[in-house]
Amino acid sequence: MNIAQVFTQTLKQSGKKLVVLLPFSWLLVFFLIPFLIVLQISFSESRIAQPPFTDLTSFVDDVYTISLNLFNYIDLYEYDLYLSGYISSVKIAFTATTLCLLIGYPIAYAIAKLPPHTRNLALMLVILPSWTSFLIRIYAWIGILKQNGLINNALMGLGVIEQPLEILHTPIAVYIGIVYAYLPFMVLPIYTNLVKHDSSLLEAAADLGARPIGSFFKITLPLSVSGIVAGSMLVFIPSVGEFVIPELLGGPDTLMIGKLLWSEFFNARNWPGASAVAVVMLLLLILPITIFQRYQAKDLEEQANEH
Amino acid sequence: MKAIKKLALATACAVATTGAMAEEKVLNVYNWSDYIAEDTLANFEAETGIKVVYDVFDSNDVLEAKLLSGKTGYDVVVPSATFLARQIQAGVFQPLDRSKLPQYENLDAPMMEKLTSHDPDNAYSIPYLWGTTGIGINVGQVTERLGEDMPADSWDLVFNPEIAAKLADCGITMLDAWDEVVPTVLNYLGEDPKSTDTALLNGKVKDTLSAVRPHIRYFHSSQYINDLANGDVCVTVGWSGDILQAMDRADEAENGVEVSYVIPKEGAGLWFDMLAIPKDASHPENAHKFLDFLMRKDVMAGISNYVWYPNAIPGSKEMIDEEITSDPSIYPTPEVEKNLFTFPVYAPKFDRAGSRMWTALKSGK
Repeated sequence: MNIAQVFTQTLKQSGKKLVVLLPFSWLLVFFLIPFLIVLQISFSESRIAQPPFTDLTSFVDDVYTISLNLFNYIDLYEYDLYLSGYISSVKIAFTATTLCLLIGYPIAYAIAKLPPHTRNLALMLVILPSWTSFLIRIYAWIGILKQNGLINNALMGLGVIEQPLEILHTPIAVYIGIVYAYLPFMVLPIYTNLVKHDSSLLEAAADLGARPIGSFFKITLPLSVSGIVAGSMLVFIPSVGEFVIPELLGGPDTLMIGKLLWSEFFNARNWPGASAVAVVMLLLLILPITIFQRYQAKDLEEQANEH
Repeated sequence: MKAIKKLALATACAVATTGAMAEEKVLNVYNWSDYIAEDTLANFEAETGIKVVYDVFDSNDVLEAKLLSGKTGYDVVVPSATFLARQIQAGVFQPLDRSKLPQYENLDAPMMEKLTSHDPDNAYSIPYLWGTTGIGINVGQVTERLGEDMPADSWDLVFNPEIAAKLADCGITMLDAWDEVVPTVLNYLGEDPKSTDTALLNGKVKDTLSAVRPHIRYFHSSQYINDLANGDVCVTVGWSGDILQAMDRADEAENGVEVSYVIPKEGAGLWFDMLAIPKDASHPENAHKFLDFLMRKDVMAGISNYVWYPNAIPGSKEMIDEEITSDPSIYPTPEVEKNLFTFPVYAPKFDRAGSRMWTALKSGK
């Protein structure tokens, strides 16, 4: 081995490290450090000052003390509105995810069956709405759903209904908003999965006498589970903590943890309490995130084995 | 290399000296939405050459969160007096330099005296506009549902479940500000609006609100202006000037909606919005100039004419449209004034209790 070889070898190794280092430092800076700050605030006490919470550490008479205040977590446990908030968030997110799956799967399936050159156009149409700001698109729904809005005016103009339907500020509006906003996150992973399927499997099944419906449930659906899981998690996880959609489209009785967190932070001016709510929400989401990770890892492994 | 260093040093010195001599010609203002005349900022820019970057909010809570996190980037902010009191305690403002405010003498002296309960010695703030928290009504829709003998001058419109039930279908809304609604309910119930009794809060006050909760369409602090003007809602607990703006917009749209503002006979809350300069403002000189500009009689008259809120400059009154100054729902008569109460400043413990009662109420739990 000459010097040049040794040099390229070390470069390759450090290059590998560099590649891994990049995503890790991203996570460190934008996830771990902010989370630690939130965690720290959740153990402090609120006060009237800038910033409105106490320091955990103090240095008095040469003694360095760290005091962890568990009050915020106990308070969270004792104040039952939060429990119902968490439950209702999970429920809403779960229903919205199911709806997304029911609507998104056929869309992804249809796109995957298109001839290759029209596929890209169809995918484009799925992604295109996200070129407009998320906030503006949700605001647009207010104009569509409100009492004097598009839907009600159209239906009343056609004589289908006499009284305007109350959709805005109800849970239905929240579901419409979440399904609308997160549908692409369901369609894309399922599509990516479906498009890779080997069509000879379906041909073989047909040759052996299977009906199209039967081969869909026996072959296509089981093969696309990892796409379904990925899509569902991408919809479910952000939906649980969703704030904008329930705030703008939902009524005051749409209880979601994102809104409770907001009111604890802004209205009660209780930063430590709001931080504790956020930490608990993160803990709640760890389970679905782990499932997601496991499926992704499995998927990658299978792909590696195929090649 | 040496030459470059020298040059760099020279530039650094130059920057340092100009920094000390004059601020850059920029001013960052954070004000309530729909709360200034159309030409105020343009006039200020034309007169001083200072470019105003104007940003808006619709709740004291959002402003306070920004102030407490520090370094907001704003040079002038407009909290309500009750919030200002707590923010002064948290040390987020810088004292005003009155030598830079020659128009200070235009301010209403008795009002300044009253405001010392929130800002001792008036050291940190000057009043901008003030108003009351009352009821906005879509006259047509409400009369249609209640008949001619409706209690148009009473909080019964909102807090009496039987009456509220009849109005639910055309839409009742409430400000999303518990610290104004709770004192209003206390006053309606004949209690002291300044009470900080949590038993009363979670008892009679919550019961009153819970009884009408099913009839309330939403809790929001700015949405109702448009909705009231468009006829989407018919009764709203809101801020005087905002409701009068809705009235104005409905007039302009000629959509057949007639809006009126009522200070109920039981009394209503009185509030003041205050101008203050954050401690870490980057342009305090410009901020003082802007505050001084806002104390000029002609400027304040222009603002009151546009937003329909009274100001704290008595000398501006003769320049304000008579339609506004003669309206007792804007400039309360001495008899009405007797029934007005100021909103209290709450301690953190009651703050938390009130906010939680409110969250639970809103969610219908």
